[in-house]
Amino acid sequence: MRKYSVFALAREALRAHKGWDAQWSSPEPRSSYDVIIVGGGGHGLGAAYYLAKEHGITNVAVLEKGWLGGGNTGRNTTIIRSNYLYEESMDMYEHSLKLWEGLSQDLNYNVMYSPRGVMMLSHNTHDMQSFKRHINANRLYGIDNEWLTPEQAKAYCPPLDISKTARYPINGAALQKRGGTARHDAVAWGYARAASDRGVHIIQNTEVTGIRRGPDGEVTGVETNRGFIGAKKIGVSAAGHSSVVMEMAGVRVPLASNPLQALVSEPLKPIFPCVVMSNTVHAYISQSDKGELVIGAGTDQYNSYSQTGGLQIITHTLDAICELFPMFRRVKMMRQWGGITDNTPDRSAIQSVTPVPGLFVNCGWGTGGFKATPGSANLFAHLIAKGEPHKLAAGLTLDRFRTGRLIDEAAAAAVAH
Amino acid sequence: MSGSSHGSAKNLGAFRLKGAGRLTPARTSRFTFDGKSYTAMEGDTVASALLAHGVHLVGRSFKYHRPRGILSAGPEEPNALLDVARDSARRQPNVRATVQEVFDGAKISSQNRWPSLAFDVGSVNNLLSPFFPAGFYYKTFKWPREAWEKVYEPIIRRAAGLGVAPKEEDPDRYANRFAHCDVLIAGAGLAGLTAALSAAATGAEVILVDEQPQVGGALHFETSTTVDGKNGFDWAQETAAKLAAMPNVRILTRTTVFGYYNHGFLGLAERVSDHLDRPGRETPRERLWQVRAKRVILATGAIERHMVFANNDRPGIMLASAARTFLNHYGVAVGRNVGVYTAHDSAYEAAFDLKRAGVSIAAIVDCREQPGEAVLAEARALGITVLTGHSVIDTTGRLRIKSMTVARNGNMDIRKMAVDALIVSAGWTPSVHLFSQSRGKLRWDEASQRFLPDIYAQDCVSVGACNGTDETDLLVDEAISAGGGAASVNAERRFGWSGGMIGAAEGAGPDTRVKAFVDFQHDVTAKDIRLAVREGMHSIEHIKRFTTNGMASDQGKLSNMHGLAIAAEMLDRPIPQVGLTTFRAPYTPVTYGTLVAHSRGELFDPARKTPMHDLEAAEGAEFEDVGNWKRAWYFPKRGEDMASAVNRECRTVRDVAGVFDASTLGKIEVVGPDAAQFLNLLYTNAWDTLKPGRCRYGIMTREDGFVYDDGVVGRLAEDRFHVTTTTGGAPRVLHHMEDYLQTEFPHLKVWLTSTTEQWAVIAVQGPKAREIIQPFVEGLDISNEAFPHMSVAECAVMGVPARLFRMSFTGELGFEVNVPADYGPAVWTAIWERAKSMGACLYGTETMHVLRAEKGYIIVGQDTDGTVTPDDAGLGWAVSKKKTDFVGIRGLKRPDLVRDGRKQLVGLLTNRPSDVLEEGAQIVADPNQPKPMTMLGHVTSAYWSENCGRSIAMALVAGGRSRIGQTLYVPMKDRTIAVEVTDTVFFDKEGGRIHG
Amino acid sequence: MLLIHCPYCEEDRSELEFRWAGEAHIARPDAIADITDEEFAEYFFLRNNEKGLTYERWRHIHGCGRFFNAARDTVSDRFLMTYKAGLPKRPVPGVSATEKTVETYEQTEGDAR
Repeated sequence: MRKYSVFALAREALRAHKGWDAQWSSPEPRSSYDVIIVGGGGHGLGAAYYLAKEHGITNVAVLEKGWLGGGNTGRNTTIIRSNYLYEESMDMYEHSLKLWEGLSQDLNYNVMYSPRGVMMLSHNTHDMQSFKRHINANRLYGIDNEWLTPEQAKAYCPPLDISKTARYPINGAALQKRGGTARHDAVAWGYARAASDRGVHIIQNTEVTGIRRGPDGEVTGVETNRGFIGAKKIGVSAAGHSSVVMEMAGVRVPLASNPLQALVSEPLKPIFPCVVMSNTVHAYISQSDKGELVIGAGTDQYNSYSQTGGLQIITHTLDAICELFPMFRRVKMMRQWGGITDNTPDRSAIQSVTPVPGLFVNCGWGTGGFKATPGSANLFAHLIAKGEPHKLAAGLTLDRFRTGRLIDEAAAAAVAH
Repeated sequence: MSGSSHGSAKNLGAFRLKGAGRLTPARTSRFTFDGKSYTAMEGDTVASALLAHGVHLVGRSFKYHRPRGILSAGPEEPNALLDVARDSARRQPNVRATVQEVFDGAKISSQNRWPSLAFDVGSVNNLLSPFFPAGFYYKTFKWPREAWEKVYEPIIRRAAGLGVAPKEEDPDRYANRFAHCDVLIAGAGLAGLTAALSAAATGAEVILVDEQPQVGGALHFETSTTVDGKNGFDWAQETAAKLAAMPNVRILTRTTVFGYYNHGFLGLAERVSDHLDRPGRETPRERLWQVRAKRVILATGAIERHMVFANNDRPGIMLASAARTFLNHYGVAVGRNVGVYTAHDSAYEAAFDLKRAGVSIAAIVDCREQPGEAVLAEARALGITVLTGHSVIDTTGRLRIKSMTVARNGNMDIRKMAVDALIVSAGWTPSVHLFSQSRGKLRWDEASQRFLPDIYAQDCVSVGACNGTDETDLLVDEAISAGGGAASVNAERRFGWSGGMIGAAEGAGPDTRVKAFVDFQHDVTAKDIRLAVREGMHSIEHIKRFTTNGMASDQGKLSNMHGLAIAAEMLDRPIPQVGLTTFRAPYTPVTYGTLVAHSRGELFDPARKTPMHDLEAAEGAEFEDVGNWKRAWYFPKRGEDMASAVNRECRTVRDVAGVFDASTLGKIEVVGPDAAQFLNLLYTNAWDTLKPGRCRYGIMTREDGFVYDDGVVGRLAEDRFHVTTTTGGAPRVLHHMEDYLQTEFPHLKVWLTSTTEQWAVIAVQGPKAREIIQPFVEGLDISNEAFPHMSVAECAVMGVPARLFRMSFTGELGFEVNVPADYGPAVWTAIWERAKSMGACLYGTETMHVLRAEKGYIIVGQDTDGTVTPDDAGLGWAVSKKKTDFVGIRGLKRPDLVRDGRKQLVGLLTNRPSDVLEEGAQIVADPNQPKPMTMLGHVTSAYWSENCGRSIAMALVAGGRSRIGQTLYVPMKDRTIAVEVTDTVFFDKEGGRIHG
Repeated sequence: MLLIHCPYCEEDRSELEFRWAGEAHIARPDAIADITDEEFAEYFFLRNNEKGLTYERWRHIHGCGRFFNAARDTVSDRFLMTYKAGLPKRPVPGVSATEKTVETYEQTEGDAR
């Protein structure tokens, strides 16, 4: 693999950049692999990379039905944070955040992780109680998250309207300074390049259409539109399509696929320094390096695989954005799009062995999948390699839906009384 | 600024041709561009007005800061993005000069340049461009680790971006309309107008939409088309007038169909007043139309492509159709000596029009060997030099094109020709954006080298140029048939058109270092696309994302096809195998304000207020947001802060009495012979044992067994219950009840009605509560004996039919007076007058919270959080052991819900009575454990209790009830607070007061 | 924004009037107190989440207030039919549960075709 550096760039500048190789190779599939990962998003590519790097398993293929990173990896609003409430969540997301901090160096690929701070706005007593519960839990767990007064919040994010006359005035905010954003496509490409360099086969335009099983029920490989490919182990990391793939092995997972929309504005000179989220008015916003305001909208209420959603979801989100930042009313929406989120009943992910030997699943990341990418990939690789979960992901197994030991971050935030 | 004037001799611009165009000098206006003042004619766009004055240089590109001019005459414009201001608050960045009409007094500035448009320091990037190929940032800036965020990223961010965001709140109004129609027609050119005539003739409700100020579409420039024997543009205006007079037709101009969503739903943005000199205060700036159309006819036309060759981006280079529009509609010549570079016949007609208007044509350079015969013959007849089989391989000129370099294809023999403008055409790309948004599928038409609509996903049809129908007679037939009716339209065009190319032209192919721009705004060149392919980006989506081709504010209207063709050539694959990126809404950018429309301030989320809201405000209440209710929080007297007001209220309620507005609590009337049975199934408690006239506190769980809601339920009669819910929970509780009633227990005869807003609820709590309300209550003995705690009765209060509850959320003797909402203020006023005279107070939600915490009463959502069972909350007694079924009965038995060590609600007393814990603080057993610490639970409620003379708190603690008496710790940021675990009742543990 | 036919009102109305209410035809077990943990998990949590034809419940919450059933294609979001609550699941003529009824443009974006 050609190392990326400013020197390499300068050298190439002198010869019209003719010397760059393909970032990842596109080989013909072998007849079988030790591990097949289904799904070429950040989670799947990352899992393949960590299988090779940390577990020495390099006879690995990543099968992607479309193009790498074309699912939620390439469709999200790139927010990264780890200030969750429950230990299972803190373990996962903090593990992930620590990997984010060194990911560009580890992959030799600038994923543009930018810890510009994630601020969550509090609008009422209930928000304040909930945020302080998070802040205290995070502090005792060793995760940064601090309470800001409205004035401090305004100082951190000058466009914020903190007037008392707002419909939902802001009474404070929780800030995780290490939270921020990264470049979503770069994460897929960086993992693909680094995995490919370690011998992983990255195979695009290959759709898994069936999972073949042996006499004892164990997996033996996958049927694809390009024929059968053998595998000793299969890791499914197919986000919104996980139900569909798992169903091929007769395994039902508690998932609902919902459209989630987002939008960007026309590019503007720097105006918005951090990430701001508000659960009460339903909005989150940041500004990309290109200058677009990146805004996450809500989830449509119904199950769908259509990657589209209603205009009313977009307008509702912009209502909230313009309430928080009235100066943005003259800004223009340039592009809107949708993705499919895979949501579990407790809104926490599933990373688990399954009743089918050799079949592992990583899904249910809902609206939080991007920030989890390195951590989830890293721990999923562990699960596949060892056959049992890493202790940081031990709570994410399927069994919790039987026992009732849910990790309900959403319920913990409860609702206004 | 003098304002509009009439008829006087003004400098309308040196390039404004007498007798050309359709504008009249009757009305002119003044505007400034980068501080310099210019005159425009009514109907001018900023682009046409600037060009009239010979101004081509209007902006700088995104990455290399290259000087840029006006490329198009329409919404596809990638270069001419300007900052347009009416005043300091009405300033809009990134406005397309080709769309914005001039209004008097407009202050217009160029963007992305410093210190000036002509001398821009950022243009050093152009020289350094070898170091900034596509995706360069992925390969560097990784070292040292912190430098990305602290050094590199801020530099990149400052360099990127185009316009400057507004700094002030936008004072303009925006409007919203919903509309339904039988047929919506997008585009009012020849095809759209014809389709409208046909559809209107059937009597269908028709909405015809066009983004330009006037209908006509391509007829704006297409002067060689005649319709029904008339000049095409004139026919269009007459037709529009005819249509507008029909009752079933609505024509919306200056309106863009920006999105085509599910089930015939379309979003339209109408520019209502941005073109007016002085819009009225009540006139909205823009209007959002949300239209549900039974059928959609897309007549969106086609967009001309530029040619991809070296230095094809200099000011003065523009699309041939744009030059024709500026000439034929605005009367503006884009130069005096114009070159033409084309792969398509249509550009010849631009040359003819210019030539006839007196503009010199340096040459028509046609990369094809064989242009259409008719246009070739006409060019010769007009004496225009035509160089077929030639290409323009370069240009010169720093801030404006000075010359074009022409070569015979495949030959090094070059010649430079002086020009002051170069008009180009690579052919036409059908506008299939809306079709694709509707989720229709395109097919590649090999013969004409374009994507055309193929499989429709909605009730929709494409007509005209957007459907690849070029011949006018076929187009008219297609439009009439799409309209479903009849119309008589005879259109003729003098010249047939042929030709077109996609991808890099001569001299911009592989193995060159030249900058041949594909995407102008994002500075994506042909070689960037080749680099992406070399780096393994083989999907068109990867190429788009790696190079950012097509991701600028024009969304690739000019660049997508060229980019695709260059990639296909590199990959040696046919174009349809490389794919096409998705066309996403909006078609052109839409102002947030337009999408928000009225939904701002008070109307963002209308606040719910109780009937007594204004009376409480008059008493000085501070309010808090609870869900979308405004609730009185506390009632400070002069000089009181919140703490002292709450302390006073708390004392007064327990010493005398207090009056509280409880109207926000949800209320549901459950009626029917099976009402008790229904409640038995929906609540954990038993209800058949509750006698009429009595109340009971109820817990509701979902199937999972976690506490969902709570409230007091009164039984008014055998078949009638008055159910109360939490304030925030009312809608979801009713929905939950309806769900079970309608779908699981439809055999039960029960009727549910929300009565939350029908009753005003006045709670009177405290030792003197009975004495306060006694005189107002008619027809009911409310003595302790006749009306004990947890009684309910229908009676009259002040002559008003009322429901009176004897209940308490304070632990004091208490009543809740329910009267019809309209009578609330009068009854409240009377009760409060009397209460005040007896030394009672008004109290708000904060005091309510403190008083209930003193008694250990929980608040669902604060002391429980969706993971708490009734037993966890200390309410196990409310779960019937006898019932064989209720919602939650099975969920409660799951292994994790019955295990030892679950978090249970307990009381906490700080070792130092003056320490008030923080709600949300975490609790540990070992305060010295290193992080990550083992957390046992958290503080759910914590207050200073004036009545206890110390702080009190409730908490959910693992194994909490078994820890009563133990000392635990609450580690805060600056210190650790030791607490004793207690039960949850802090005041009047015997509970005698409630029975008054 | 979807356009939904309420089988009670017999009107096509905007999605704004409706609330989605999950998969249809999941009956609450009669003797729910006696089912196993696994059966409870299946009843309460497991859903088909079909890609393609799905049967689901909607409530015309800002209209008649009634719950009803719908058959919808989750790929195209097209409604195939709606029918009153309590009626048995009905096959959609010509559509099997596993068939992808419409391959939408979004689904194939960027694919090599």
